Amino acid sequence: MTSRHLNHRGIDRRRFLVGAVQATGLLLLTGCDNLSRTDWFQGLLGRAEGVTRRAQRILTSRKAMAKEFTEADLSPVFPANGTRNPDNPAYQALARHNFADWKLEIGGLVQHPASFSLAELRELPSRTQITRHDCVEGWSAIGKWKGAPLSTLLARVQPLSSARYVVFHCADPDEDGQNYYESLDFADAFHPQTILAYELNDQTLPIAHGAPIRLRVERQLGYKMAKYVMRIELVESFETIAGGRGGYWEDQGYEWYAGI
Amino acid sequence: MKDSVSTGVQPLAEQEPVPSAAESLQTPSARSGQAAQDAVTNQAGPSLVPQDMPISTPVHAAHRLYRHSLPVRLAHWLNVICLPILIMSGLQIFNAHPALYWGDRSDRDRPILAMRAIKTERGEVKGGTTVLGHSLETTGILGFSSDSARGFPAWATLPSGKWLAMGRQWHLFFAWIFVVNGLLFGLYALLSRHLWRDLLPKLKDLRGIGRDIRSHLTFRHPTGEEARHYNVLQKLAYTGVVFVLGPLIVLTGLSMSPTIDAGFPGLLSLFGGRQSARTIHFLACFAFIGFVTVHLLMVATTGLRNNLRSMITGWFNIREGGETHDEQASQPSGN
Repeated sequence: MTSRHLNHRGIDRRRFLVGAVQATGLLLLTGCDNLSRTDWFQGLLGRAEGVTRRAQRILTSRKAMAKEFTEADLSPVFPANGTRNPDNPAYQALARHNFADWKLEIGGLVQHPASFSLAELRELPSRTQITRHDCVEGWSAIGKWKGAPLSTLLARVQPLSSARYVVFHCADPDEDGQNYYESLDFADAFHPQTILAYELNDQTLPIAHGAPIRLRVERQLGYKMAKYVMRIELVESFETIAGGRGGYWEDQGYEWYAGI
Repeated sequence: MKDSVSTGVQPLAEQEPVPSAAESLQTPSARSGQAAQDAVTNQAGPSLVPQDMPISTPVHAAHRLYRHSLPVRLAHWLNVICLPILIMSGLQIFNAHPALYWGDRSDRDRPILAMRAIKTERGEVKGGTTVLGHSLETTGILGFSSDSARGFPAWATLPSGKWLAMGRQWHLFFAWIFVVNGLLFGLYALLSRHLWRDLLPKLKDLRGIGRDIRSHLTFRHPTGEEARHYNVLQKLAYTGVVFVLGPLIVLTGLSMSPTIDAGFPGLLSLFGGRQSARTIHFLACFAFIGFVTVHLLMVATTGLRNNLRSMITGWFNIREGGETHDEQASQPSGN
């Protein structure tokens, strides 16, 4: 056999191999895409969330504090993400009067249901923190938040022993009319840096950032930090609320535990 | 035979009969062709070899070497599953905000790297990538591909469509397997002395690095005694990937977790902030892609079948003696 023949065979073999690798890759990618759409596989992958939550809670102290920065570290512009102005007439009416008529209701599994006006919240002991906000998309921004610690409010209403989660009902609906909501367990709800913020960077919280109050949960990702909070409900389980997974984005397949 | 990768050597039984040392030396003319030639040219002389040389140590023959123990093989194939999934789901996650920064925050006007779709005056949409202030048009690959604004193209991400939630599910599930696998392998390598015996480059190895680089560049790979253990470039690559790059990509990944940051603030000081950690994570991912590319190239060019077999069954064929470089034969020194 001449070397020319050998070369041809070599090229043919290379072409065949490249083709085979490409075809296998395409097959695997299509297979993975199909798997991604099945409930059982999503359920399997979803098991990692529980492992992550338990591991992170074991490795980090319940009281571990998120890093607090200085004024010099503030982001020049703090981006507003998600809803920037709720498409909700009741909310718009409240906004027109600078939320003077707004009241935060706290109910559900509590001994003393209560409601707080914005002025009342501002009169409570406050906490100011300069922290990093980490969006699930990957970007970070540093802002200065001032608000009332959630633990203060929970101490006022006295959760019943059956209560396990704190659910935040919000004013911003999506196109299907489903309002945003979120939930925390007590480990994060009672954390000192978990506050209901009414100020960002020394200004009254702007509508784009969740006026009149936005939840701050500094050890989790941004989507846990509900904006436009209207009502807080203590529950034993969130399975009967909306999609049943404990939050608006959770119902779209994001993790309830957003510690990573 | 120090530094040997093997835990046991046995003559290759099912291939052509291997003449024992004594036999081959006594009757070189009875052997055929190239092998006999090698025996003559590479041997100082029959008279120097004692007649009572043990039969189990033939001088010029293919040998089987038990190169990869079961834990090594298991860890290897788990990585084969994990790495493509982690890389591609990682690119899916990256696509949710296809830009990189240095420091703690993302100042949108100061990215290190940014990919975006740009609408031209004529209404066309193009993909653009900016790296350290230099802009490139990357339509079809980065920034804009398959009629959609996206960082990396559909063929490079898992899932292929834009689906951050599912990308995270894949990534964080297989990250656990990758981490547990890595920890178990690291422990095994330490306890079994695999790290010390086979992987860690010794001073003696490092002195010969120039020769190894030359032989790699000319695709000439060692045979015989030299092929029994990894060469210095292999040692550096494997040790570097397992004990430097692996921990680096896991730790930078963990640094992106706000909970871990609260518990271990030292991590962020080490990497220079969360966005720096994300950038290093991304670079480490491409270092893995680079390693795998070179690794596959070496596997394919140094005896694909022999290398594959040794990573499946553990048994690796050593071609003894001979300075010749034979493309057709299974070449030793795998990857």
